[in-house]
Amino acid sequence: MSMQAEPLTRRGKKGTGAGPENKEVGQDRKQKTQGRAAALLIIPSMIVLGIVIVYPVIEAIVMSLQKDAGLDPVTGTFVAGGFAGFYNYIHWILQQCNTPNGQASCPAGTLGSQFWSATGTTFLLTVVSVALETVIGFWMAIIMSRTFRGRGALRAAVLVPWAIPTAVTAKLWFFIFAFDGIANTLFHTSILWTGSEVPARSAIIIADVWKTTPFMALLILAGLQMIPDQVYEAAKVDGATAWQRFRLITLPLVKPALMVAILFRTLDALRMYDLPAIMTGGANGTTTLSILVVNQIRVGFNSAAALSTITFLIIFIVAFIFVRFLGANAVESATNSGKAK
Amino acid sequence: MSATTLDPAAAKSVARRRERWSSSRTYISAAIILIWCLLPFYWMIVTAFRDVGYTFDPTPWFTHVTWDNFTTVFSESLGNHFAQNLLNSLIVATVTTAVALLFGVFAAYALARLEFRFKFLVLGFVLGASMFPGVAIVTPLFQLFTNIGWFGTYQALIIPNISFVLPLTVYTLTSFFREMPWELEEAARIDGCTQGEAFRKVIMPLAAPAVFTTAILAFIGAWNEFLIASQLSSEATKTVTVAIAYFAGSQPHQEPYTAVMAAGTVVTIPLVILVLVFQRKIVAGLTAGAVK
Repeated sequence: MSMQAEPLTRRGKKGTGAGPENKEVGQDRKQKTQGRAAALLIIPSMIVLGIVIVYPVIEAIVMSLQKDAGLDPVTGTFVAGGFAGFYNYIHWILQQCNTPNGQASCPAGTLGSQFWSATGTTFLLTVVSVALETVIGFWMAIIMSRTFRGRGALRAAVLVPWAIPTAVTAKLWFFIFAFDGIANTLFHTSILWTGSEVPARSAIIIADVWKTTPFMALLILAGLQMIPDQVYEAAKVDGATAWQRFRLITLPLVKPALMVAILFRTLDALRMYDLPAIMTGGANGTTTLSILVVNQIRVGFNSAAALSTITFLIIFIVAFIFVRFLGANAVESATNSGKAK
Repeated sequence: MSATTLDPAAAKSVARRRERWSSSRTYISAAIILIWCLLPFYWMIVTAFRDVGYTFDPTPWFTHVTWDNFTTVFSESLGNHFAQNLLNSLIVATVTTAVALLFGVFAAYALARLEFRFKFLVLGFVLGASMFPGVAIVTPLFQLFTNIGWFGTYQALIIPNISFVLPLTVYTLTSFFREMPWELEEAARIDGCTQGEAFRKVIMPLAAPAVFTTAILAFIGAWNEFLIASQLSSEATKTVTVAIAYFAGSQPHQEPYTAVMAAGTVVTIPLVILVLVFQRKIVAGLTAGAVK
């Protein structure tokens, strides 16, 4: 009965009956009161986020347009700063420094000379880590989705690396990769893991993969569980091989969840700080953009603010590319599920 | 296909053998995952209980067991204030979680239950905020807190922490609230409950697990935070993650590996217990919203 009654009242939109029309007015009013209630409930959170995020970001942009106070390299006198336009941005992007001889390339070893290498390091670490995490995470998710005794224990175990603070993870892997540590002992190698570029980066990537693959695996697992068993059974009956089932059913159906997982992990990896800061201190080609910003804070707030704004923009652009061109839309999926209910 | 050419008994045995092979392959893979996830953690605990003189002893089980490392961790005379650090982390994480929940519950209720304009925009802003790089706010806050004399106070750590814990709270709670059977509220009203009674007797018990799970995720997030704490804390407000990163051991000029592993064990064991006890809920909370 009620199943039929609903479409009737909806169709009554254009009807002349008094009943449906009243209902329409009622719904309109409901929408309005709901809007007001929603505003009351949401505005406090928005104000808090405004204070803790929007204000600092605007403040950072304002700061980034100011000159850092310090000694003028030409005259040797103290300069109080003042408006600098885009000087700080140009300083980072063109790696130009103020020297006694005017504008010149920043000398090697100074923070100013490291912007592009830090950007490269950040992207390299991000791409390699996220790629490994996606592949291993997918494999873990497939295993965890099977039914077998001890599945609950396995799902609990993968949460252990996720729960450990990154600072502790960094120290743990620093110990594992120590010169006399278990990694060298186990593989009969004598590598100075944090002593040169490739081993140092590898160590950081391994630690990152260990810590964050479980998160990836659980997101993918949740996606896998949305696929009904019947689809696989039907494909099996039609003679699809295991590889065909994976490529033609699993991959396309799990893609939305997978893309959201990759988006989250990518944005998270682009701001990587804890692991390299603790494991190598940024030495040997492991200075990420976040580390460069933190190092710069001690030297000059304003050019640090410019660099942090650039970092923010880079992450924003990557997020935009993901959402716009790769179809990783977390917001869309969240709002759609609300409508479907 | 093959079943038609073989007699039923043989076909059954082939199928059973194939099943056994695939299930043993599952068990081998599961064992590899288990070892990969737990072995480094196990190694941390073994080292935490090992005598400093045997730091690099590769024996895989507990040998030269001692509590000394834990004594070092809490030794004030060595300049470690680990008890204070633990208390600081507890204060910062608890207050951050409480504030985030206080505001987040209402926002999430509205996002999950009410229809209004700009919903998409609000959700997008919340999600964007949770992916925000910490360094982008640390620089201006460092200067601001130094200027107004907040440097080295608890609020100087709590306020920036809210910037990533509140969005996480709103997002997770919104997904949870969407899944809840809100029709029950109306049913309770029809059965004669007042609005207050319906909220207390029906909605509260239903929402409590969601709020609790979100609280765990928020707490773990705040407890594990390092970047903000490393820049904005003083000696007095230093949190455990920062303390562990810059630890002083019993021998100068020597990386105090065993003591650091002991400190790591102290910090991690409560989290691991929490995670194992509430495993199902935490997995639900982590994946909520990202998938459904």
